[in-house]
Amino acid sequence: MKRREELVEALTGSTLGLFALTVGFLFPLFTLLVLIFESLPAIRKFGLFNFLTGTTWDPVAEVFGALPALLGTLLVTFLASAIALPVSIGIAMFISELSPKKLKPVFSTAVELLGAIPSIIYGMWGLFVIAPLMADYVEPFLQETLGRIPLLGKLFDGAPTGVDALTASFVLSVMIIPFMSTIVKDAFEMTPELLKEAGYGLGATKWEVVKNVVIPYTLPGIVGGMVLSVGRALGETMAVAFLTGNVHQIPKSLLEPLTTITVAIANEFTEADSDIYLASLYYLALILFVLSFGLLMLAKFYLLERLGKRWGTKGT
Amino acid sequence: MNSTPLKIEVKNLNFYYGDVHALKDINLSVYEKRVTAIIGPSGCGKTTLLRCFNRMHDLYPGNRYEGEIILHPEEVNIVSKEVDPIMIRMRIGMVFQKPNPFPKSIYENVAYGLKLKGIKKKSVLDEKVEQALKGAALWEEVKDRLNENAYSLSGGQQQRLCIARAIAPEPEVLLFDEPTSALDPISTAKIEDLIVELKNRLTILIVTHNMQQAGRISDYTAFMYMGKLVEYGPTEKIFTKPDEKLTEDYITGRFG
Amino acid sequence: MGNERHLRRVILRRKFVNILMLTLSTLTAMYGLVWLFWILGDILLNGFKFISLQLFLNDPTPPGIEGGGLRHAFVGHFIITSLGALIGVPIGIGTGIFFAEYGRHSRIVKGFRNVTDVLVSFPSIVVGTFVYALMVKPLGHFSAVSGSVSLALLMIPVIAITTDEILKLVPNSLREAGYALGAHRWQVIKDISISAAKRGILTGVILGIARISGETAPLLFTSFNNNFFSTDITKPMASLTVTIFQYAMGPYEEWHRQAWAASLILTFGTLFFFITAKAVVHGMRRSG
Repeated sequence: MKRREELVEALTGSTLGLFALTVGFLFPLFTLLVLIFESLPAIRKFGLFNFLTGTTWDPVAEVFGALPALLGTLLVTFLASAIALPVSIGIAMFISELSPKKLKPVFSTAVELLGAIPSIIYGMWGLFVIAPLMADYVEPFLQETLGRIPLLGKLFDGAPTGVDALTASFVLSVMIIPFMSTIVKDAFEMTPELLKEAGYGLGATKWEVVKNVVIPYTLPGIVGGMVLSVGRALGETMAVAFLTGNVHQIPKSLLEPLTTITVAIANEFTEADSDIYLASLYYLALILFVLSFGLLMLAKFYLLERLGKRWGTKGT
Repeated sequence: MNSTPLKIEVKNLNFYYGDVHALKDINLSVYEKRVTAIIGPSGCGKTTLLRCFNRMHDLYPGNRYEGEIILHPEEVNIVSKEVDPIMIRMRIGMVFQKPNPFPKSIYENVAYGLKLKGIKKKSVLDEKVEQALKGAALWEEVKDRLNENAYSLSGGQQQRLCIARAIAPEPEVLLFDEPTSALDPISTAKIEDLIVELKNRLTILIVTHNMQQAGRISDYTAFMYMGKLVEYGPTEKIFTKPDEKLTEDYITGRFG
Repeated sequence: MGNERHLRRVILRRKFVNILMLTLSTLTAMYGLVWLFWILGDILLNGFKFISLQLFLNDPTPPGIEGGGLRHAFVGHFIITSLGALIGVPIGIGTGIFFAEYGRHSRIVKGFRNVTDVLVSFPSIVVGTFVYALMVKPLGHFSAVSGSVSLALLMIPVIAITTDEILKLVPNSLREAGYALGAHRWQVIKDISISAAKRGILTGVILGIARISGETAPLLFTSFNNNFFSTDITKPMASLTVTIFQYAMGPYEEWHRQAWAASLILTFGTLFFFITAKAVVHGMRRSG
């Protein structure tokens, strides 16, 4: 009897340990190795520098350069985050400081629901609903107004089709707002009441307390949340898959079609008819892996850790 | 009682927290440039009363004031709905139970209240920050590290920084809510000296659960019990021959 | 008195800025709500318009011929997701248990746990390419089971992290009480930790299912797509999400209609899981 229980003990421990080892170490390591292995033909043919700076993506001539997709990814991610950040801070401030106590869970849940909608739905809705609106109203309007300003106006050159960098970034921003604002809100709510009262006690207004007490106190959390959201946005596929046009070019304006790493993979992976083509797509996936893993690690361990320490020692 | 001018008069003050009747018919006269201590067992309403003076309760929903707290010389009623709490808080400063410096530099902490008053000139700010830090007996310790984060200070230094932050905008009244409850005896002694020093400049109200402290630093003492003001008078009298049996029991440590 | 006037002006200006910023904040919150209602409204309106019994009972017909449905995709989606959950749930829970119960004091295990935490936000399409190289390429054809494996890989970190977090909330004194009675570690885990945390673990499982039930990207080149009804998990199989992707991109009006109808089911299915998870958490708080 005793022996049997010890056997079970050893068995559960080692099985669970194997799970943990696989999930937390072998799986990501293996993914990295597989990506490297699969992209070897492309790595050999183009090298790192030439692949990253190459602007041609020509499956027929079998010349592949990642620069358009890489820049497209960065552009769409940057624009989406730039739109989402102020909105997310506003929403977080509204939920944590302004809304009546009873309505707080209602607003929080509404924001979380927005984040729980599958990304393919965002993509389809963007294609059927937002893209036509952008093409017919918003983009012509932007051309009429901002487009007339010298230099800045260059950003709005071209025919407004609705399938372009602007629409893709915009739909992506709607998608990451719930994620970002939930993190910022959680950070805001970690601010000790006593600290806020110090501000109010000096005669500060609500906004002044948020600006001068809450935001400085939670800054690592806000930055961490922002980087985490950027990491998510980088790897997002379906919300933008319909909206970029998947054209491997470096857009000269926000109204030109473009592509991103994820969109190129999603659209071309099953059509890749040569080894070097598929290897180049794997090479793109490898770049995305490194980018997003690096960014997420940075957010989790550098920024959120720092905030955790501050809360741990100074929270009251 | 004597010829010292009145600074604040509490008249028939009632305070409700939701359905809870937290303060009952409080009447109290606070004299200018004197230290008035509010003592009593925990839960007696002393902190609640203190937080009425700068309308801190307004930050949370479900609170109601009845009666008056008259601030002299203009005789404005602090708890009246028409009176702007922001204006009141700029005239009546507060120091809290635990040190709560902002997550900013030492300098920025002290300058914050000044900036809220619209003072922007660097030379004026520098001068007033120095004055306030000197007033809080902290200048010598921090003058070379004004740009360091306030959290680098020790607990006692942080509390003196909070006092400097509160006195920098030159308030007329300063509220202390058990300011030494989180500090060691040496830091406590420093803060007590400081409070005695400060009364040359402004009126002080202090809530404390430490009776010796009230005896050491206050000129007047108010004893509260279950939301009521039981007895109020010069500290000597309260501590030596109180009128009420309840006060005597509390002072002599029979309960509380 | 001039000073007094100056102060009043300063306060007035500060209050104006305050009102302005609070209004802006309220407007951003409304902005967030607008999109939620807009998306849900569009999906409800268009989805209901095109939903019909045929949609669930019939398989697709060639474009132009009336009466086609998406039975193949509904069934396929159910099979792929369930199989994914079947693989993912035990491994996810097991991993979480190990993090919380065995690895609390080991720096290496903490490292694994942190990597797992990062994997929660990992690009799902990369997982798809990984499984393609591992399962599709060697076999030479797409298969439903490879889709399930991709989904399992996506849900495991979600479940592992929630399980870990919830188990860490179980007070150590409870475990010690178990050990004091002479129980083995696996008995303490089974009888004390898990039973104290089962609602929380359930929440993690439901959240994990919600996460994978709306996934598209990892299925594109694993389970792929299939225009015919199939229950063979070694063959390509249709899923709702990939079908929506294909139909929405397609040129036919009829496809677009079906894509809307499928979106309705998919969205509310996913939200249903999400709300259930929330309700379980809420019930947990209530019962203490």
